[in-house]
Amino acid sequence: MSTTFIPLNQLPVGSIGKVRALAADGIERRRMLDLGLIRDTTVESLRRSPAGDPVAYGIRGAVIALRSEESSKIFVESI
Amino acid sequence: MGLTIQSTSIGVLKENFKLDTESPDEIVIALAGNPNTGKSTVFNRLTGLNQHTGNWPGKTVTNAQGSFQHHEKNYILVDLPGTYSLFANSMEEQIARDFICFGSPKVTVIVADATCLERNLNLVLQILEITDKVVVCVNLLDEAKRKKITIDLEKLSDQIGVPVVGTAARSGKGLQELKDTVEKMAVGGIITNPFKIHYDTVIENAIEKIEPEIEDFIKNRFHKRWMALRLIDGDKAFQDSMKAYLDMDFSENATLQIKLKEARAMICKELNDLEELQDRIVSNIVSIAEDISNEVVSFNKTVRCKKERDIDGILTSRLYGIPIMIALLGLIFWITIVGANVPSALLADGLFWVEGQLSAFFLWLSVPVWVHDMIVYGVYRTLAWVVSVMLPPMAIFFPLFTLLEDLGYLPRVAFNLDYYFKKACAHGKQALTMCMGFGCNAAGIISCRIIDSPRERLIAILTNNFVPCNGRFPTLIALSSLFIAGGFSAAFQSFAAAIAILAVIVLGVMITLLISRILSKTVLKGLPSSFALELPPYRRPQIGRVIVRSLIDRTLFVLGRAVAVAAPAGLVIWVMANISIGNDSLLTHCAEFLDPFAKLLGLDGYILMAFILGLPANEIVIPILIMSYLSGGSMLELDSLSELRQLFLDHGWTQLTAVCMMLFSLNHWPCGTTLWTIRKETQSWKWTGAALLIPTVTGIVLCFIVAQGAALLHLV
Repeated sequence: MSTTFIPLNQLPVGSIGKVRALAADGIERRRMLDLGLIRDTTVESLRRSPAGDPVAYGIRGAVIALRSEESSKIFVESI
Repeated sequence: MGLTIQSTSIGVLKENFKLDTESPDEIVIALAGNPNTGKSTVFNRLTGLNQHTGNWPGKTVTNAQGSFQHHEKNYILVDLPGTYSLFANSMEEQIARDFICFGSPKVTVIVADATCLERNLNLVLQILEITDKVVVCVNLLDEAKRKKITIDLEKLSDQIGVPVVGTAARSGKGLQELKDTVEKMAVGGIITNPFKIHYDTVIENAIEKIEPEIEDFIKNRFHKRWMALRLIDGDKAFQDSMKAYLDMDFSENATLQIKLKEARAMICKELNDLEELQDRIVSNIVSIAEDISNEVVSFNKTVRCKKERDIDGILTSRLYGIPIMIALLGLIFWITIVGANVPSALLADGLFWVEGQLSAFFLWLSVPVWVHDMIVYGVYRTLAWVVSVMLPPMAIFFPLFTLLEDLGYLPRVAFNLDYYFKKACAHGKQALTMCMGFGCNAAGIISCRIIDSPRERLIAILTNNFVPCNGRFPTLIALSSLFIAGGFSAAFQSFAAAIAILAVIVLGVMITLLISRILSKTVLKGLPSSFALELPPYRRPQIGRVIVRSLIDRTLFVLGRAVAVAAPAGLVIWVMANISIGNDSLLTHCAEFLDPFAKLLGLDGYILMAFILGLPANEIVIPILIMSYLSGGSMLELDSLSELRQLFLDHGWTQLTAVCMMLFSLNHWPCGTTLWTIRKETQSWKWTGAALLIPTVTGIVLCFIVAQGAALLHLV
C-alpha cells in the first residue's frame, strides 16, 4: 500500500496530493502539524524556486516554501 | 503554594513581563495573532505614539507595549509575538502562551487574517481552550474584499462563542467597534461560551480523570481541561512556567502523579505513544478549524489565487526570478543616484551659504580666530557635508525600499535565494535579515531573531555587516559616481554608477555566503535546520504611510544619529589638524604612521584613518576624509562633485584607490552601534570580537589582493 505514497518533494509542480503520513518526529513533526499538514490535508505543489529547491506549496490557503529536507518526510498520495 | 492569585498577580506582571502599569485601574489587554495578519497595524492604530518596545525579560524576543484611552478608562495593550500555534515549540510561542496564562490579561484580542481564516483559526481555537475572555478581530477585510472572499462574521461568532469584530486596520475601519467590544468584555458585560474542542473518547476520558485533581490549584485563571491536557502530554515548558510564575510544582504532588500515570496508561493502550496523543490533539484542532472555515468563508476559488500566482510565477521564476531581483535593486539605486544629484547640490549650496553667514556672524562677534575656525570649519562644515551627502539618497532609498517591503516582495527574495543559503548551511531567512541590513546593520542584527536555530542566527549576525548599510551608501555612491562612472559619457554615468554599486552588493552577498559556509564548517558546525517560509499574499502598499513611516522612522533616525556623531567627530578632526608636533599636524602624523600599511591595501593613511575615526558611524567617513585632505592646504569650499574629484586626484588618487576604498567600505569593522547591538544580542564579547574581526580581515585580504594584483599586472 505504501507504494502509492510519494514524498511531497516528488509531487510534480501543478499537481495535488493528500497527506498520508509524516516521517518526522519531535519539534519538526509539531511544526508540520502546525502548518496544518494533518492526514488527508490536500497540498498543491505550486512552483519551484529558481534553483529548484525550496518548493512553494499551497497548504490550507497559505503559500509555504519547504526545503526538500522537510518535504521528503511528508508522504502524500497523488490525486 | 500559600500565595493567592490576588497577592501575586501585580508582582508577577511587573517582574516577569516587565509590564508598565502605573495603577491597578489600568486594564491589561493581550494582542495575539499569526505573523503577517496586520497585528502590528492594529497595535499602532490603537496605541498611536503611546508605545514603547523592549525585550521580554531575559529573552531576545521583542516586547511591545502601548496604552490607549477609551471612555475614560486606561488600557495597556501588550503585543505578543506573532505565532501560528501555542504549543511552545519556540521561544515566541512560549512567551505568548505564558502571557495569556499567567499575565492575567483582562481580554485577549486575537487578530486573524480574513484572507486566510482557516489557518488563523488554529491559533484562535488554541487560545479559546485556555481562556474565555477573548475577542477575535478579523482583520484585512479590505484585502479579502479585493480577493472576493466574504466572511460571515456573525456566524463565526456563533460558532466559536466569543465576539468577532471585522476590521480593516490600515484604514482604521472597525477599530472603534473593537475598542467598544474590548471595553464591554473587560467590565464583564459579555458572557462568552467559547468553543470546546471534543477530542477522541480516549483523550476525553483521560482529561476527566485529571480535572478534579487540579481544580483547587488554578481557580479560574485558565481552563482546567486545557491544563489537564498539558499535564497529560507531559508539556515540560508548561510545568516550568507553572513553577516560575505560580510557584506550583506538580512533580511533588503524589496523588496527581499517580492519576497522571493512569491517564497516560489509558492513552497508550489505544494510541501508540504520547507523541501520537499530540498528533491527535493537533489534528482535532486543525480539522475543526477547517470545518468552521468551510461554514463561514465563501470565495470564488478560481479568482482567488490566479493573479497572485501569475505574479509569483514571474517574480520567482527559474529564468527571471534572480535577474528581476537584481534589476529591481539596481533600479532602486539608479533612482536614488539620479534623484539625489540635484537636491544634494542644492543642499550643499544652501548649507555653504549658511556657512558664509555663520562665519560673518562669528567675525562680527569678534571671537578668537581659532574658535571661529573650530566651529565653522570643524563642526559646521562636517555637519553640512553629512547632511548634504546623506539626506537626499536616504530620503529616496528608504521609501523605495519600504515600498518593496510593504508589497510583500522580501519573502520572495528569501525564496529565490534559499538554495544558496542552504548550500552555505545557513537559513533562508538570512536573506531577509540582509535586506534589513541595507537600512541599518544594527536593525539587521536585531531582525536575526526571526531565525530560530541559535547556530544559524549567529551566522546571520556575524555576516550581516557584509551588506552595505545606509551609512555606507553615500560613500559608495560618491566614489562610483566620481571615479567609475567618470569614464562614461554623461548619459550613462548614473547608470554606470548604479551598476558599480550593484556589483559591490552582489560581491557582498557572495562574501556572506562564503563566510557563512566557512563558519558552518569550522566554529559553528552543524546542519541546516528545518525551514518553512510563508510567502504571504501581496498587499497593496499605502504609499502615503510608507513615505511618512520611512522618513520618520528611518531617515530622520539615521540622519539624527549621524549628525550627533558628526559634530564631535568634526571637532576632533579639526583639533587634530591644528595641533602641531614639530612641523606637521597631529593628523598628518597619524596618517603618515598608517600610510605604509594603507598603501599595501591600495588606500592611503588618510583614508584608513577616516575609517577608524568613522567607527561611531560610517556616514562620516567621507566628510572626515574631505576635512583631513582640506586641512593640510588652503580651505577651499567644496560645492561641486568635480571639485571633490579634483581634491582626491590632488592627493594621488587613481581609479584603483576608489575601488579599494569601496571594497574596504564594504568589508571593515561594523560601526559602534552595530557592535553594541551584537554584544546585546549574542551576550558575548567573544562573538562581538569575531563580528569585528571577520569583515576586517576579509577587507584587508581583499584590498591587498586587488591592489597588489593591479600593480603586478601594471594596471595602474
